[in-house]
Amino acid sequence: MHEGVYREFEETIAAGERIEPRDAMPPEYRATLIRQIAQHAHSEIIGMQPEANWITRAPSLRRKAILIAKVQDEAGHGLYLYGAAETLGARRDELLDRLHAGRQKYSSIFNYPTLTWADVGAIGWLVDGAAIVNQVPLCRCSYGPYARAMTRICKEESFHQRQGYELLLALSHGTEEQHEMAQDAVNRWWWPSLMMFGPPDGESPRTERSMAWKIKRHTNDELRQRFVDIVVPQAASLGLTLPDPLLRWNEERGHHDFGPIDWAEFHAVLRGEGPCNAQRLGQRRRAHEEGAWVREAAAAYAARHAARPAGRAA
Amino acid sequence: MNGPATGGPGRATGVVPEAAGAAGTTAGTASGTTEDAALALGDDALVLSHRLAEWAGHAPALEEEVALANLALDLLGQARTLLTMVGDEDRLAFCRQERAFRNVQLVEQPNGDFAHTIARQLYFSTYQELLWEQLAAGDGPFAPLAAKAGPETAYHRDHAVTWTLRLGDGTRLSRERMQRAVDALWRYTGELTRPVAGLAGVDWAALAAGWAERVGATLRAATLTVPEAPARAVWSAGGGRQGIHTEPFGRLLAEMQHLHRSHPGARW
Repeated sequence: MHEGVYREFEETIAAGERIEPRDAMPPEYRATLIRQIAQHAHSEIIGMQPEANWITRAPSLRRKAILIAKVQDEAGHGLYLYGAAETLGARRDELLDRLHAGRQKYSSIFNYPTLTWADVGAIGWLVDGAAIVNQVPLCRCSYGPYARAMTRICKEESFHQRQGYELLLALSHGTEEQHEMAQDAVNRWWWPSLMMFGPPDGESPRTERSMAWKIKRHTNDELRQRFVDIVVPQAASLGLTLPDPLLRWNEERGHHDFGPIDWAEFHAVLRGEGPCNAQRLGQRRRAHEEGAWVREAAAAYAARHAARPAGRAA
Repeated sequence: MNGPATGGPGRATGVVPEAAGAAGTTAGTASGTTEDAALALGDDALVLSHRLAEWAGHAPALEEEVALANLALDLLGQARTLLTMVGDEDRLAFCRQERAFRNVQLVEQPNGDFAHTIARQLYFSTYQELLWEQLAAGDGPFAPLAAKAGPETAYHRDHAVTWTLRLGDGTRLSRERMQRAVDALWRYTGELTRPVAGLAGVDWAALAAGWAERVGATLRAATLTVPEAPARAVWSAGGGRQGIHTEPFGRLLAEMQHLHRSHPGARW
């Protein structure tokens, strides 16, 4: 049945062209995209929390300005992405409800705590670095609005990654205490960053179909390898060590080998057993609930004033 | 050593002239240096920026995350320009004691609920917009900044006005909360129209009148009552400019300064 109705869709995909909101698309394609875009949007807004944790303690005014701007960008990314999901017929408030009810996920990386100022740098360098590797191919995703949102987001993410690198560079070459702070942060964020690419290819059930639809362009393991290869020389120029004794260049493969990832930890955090799952979701729910009266007031005001005749005497 | 940077903060600066009633007097005062004035205006912007940034991750809607961060960033930019006129911005922000800060007490008031944040912003941005208008029209040391900050501040005020209308004229609950906020912060507004030491060429009476007119019009349009009490000339008004702050301010500084102070001499 699909062949007839969705022939145009299949042809568009095959030709490497974009699917746009009004085009016919298989319900599974739509559902997959809504789930993925929503999860991505949720990650942006939950991801504000670990960094916002340091805004009020930023150690210089320049760093404070950069950090406020970065956290603001993440809110903006959330807006673009919820907007992209809305082009598929989803509603932002419903997606948020699903997040708050724990029925939709966000990136597990944000369930780790930011314990020192250096964590802000490690998030920028490693977490945003991993996000870029994941997201650059999405700029060529088959769904137009998502691809366009990602193009914009990737530009800002690369600024985020540079500021993280630069922050760590200052710490690494600073006092002994600052250097230790930077190394400690990298030690804690390295493995969770590698987990950001998702389970190994054999255990990633949706990869194949997403690749056929050109939503996804590379497998999890390919992207993870690309990230490792990018980051290893950067760590060296930072003067910091990546906490993996098995990490070494493999001449034959033309890639770095790295040690085994603790997938038990990954699945535990995914199940909600990470150090900050309850805290992150709790804060998100609280902000939403405590803001309800504000949103209701805005809606009531808009409704009343839309109903009023134009040019009211007041 | 956490002593003063160059200029004012360490010595007994910011001698505010005797209060001349809520409406202030006519001509601007020059009994102080440009640095004194830069410090006062810079601290206003620095401290309010800090409070606004505390909203990150807690705002009632995603659009407000973006908007409040915008305000915080604009104010932080203004603060950096102003503090740099006085000395090293980071030494001034992170190494002064509470009594050396010259900001008005209004800006240090805790965020409270969203209505309190909006009321605080309405009061402050209305004052700041009027001040920038006057300073931009002159040729004093603050004219270039005032010209640049004016449009930013007009947006801040517009944001606050829009929300005052929505909350005041929204639901019964939002109206109650907005009125409560407007009332609670009223006592801190007298200080806004007091002459700032070292800031010449400001017609404070005109500023006070403009402030009362604009704020009054907004509150009335929002179906709110313009507070009549407490008197805006109570003793607390004028305190901030002399380094007399309110209790929550010490905690704000403790949080803001702790990391910087924990690593003396470090670069970030």
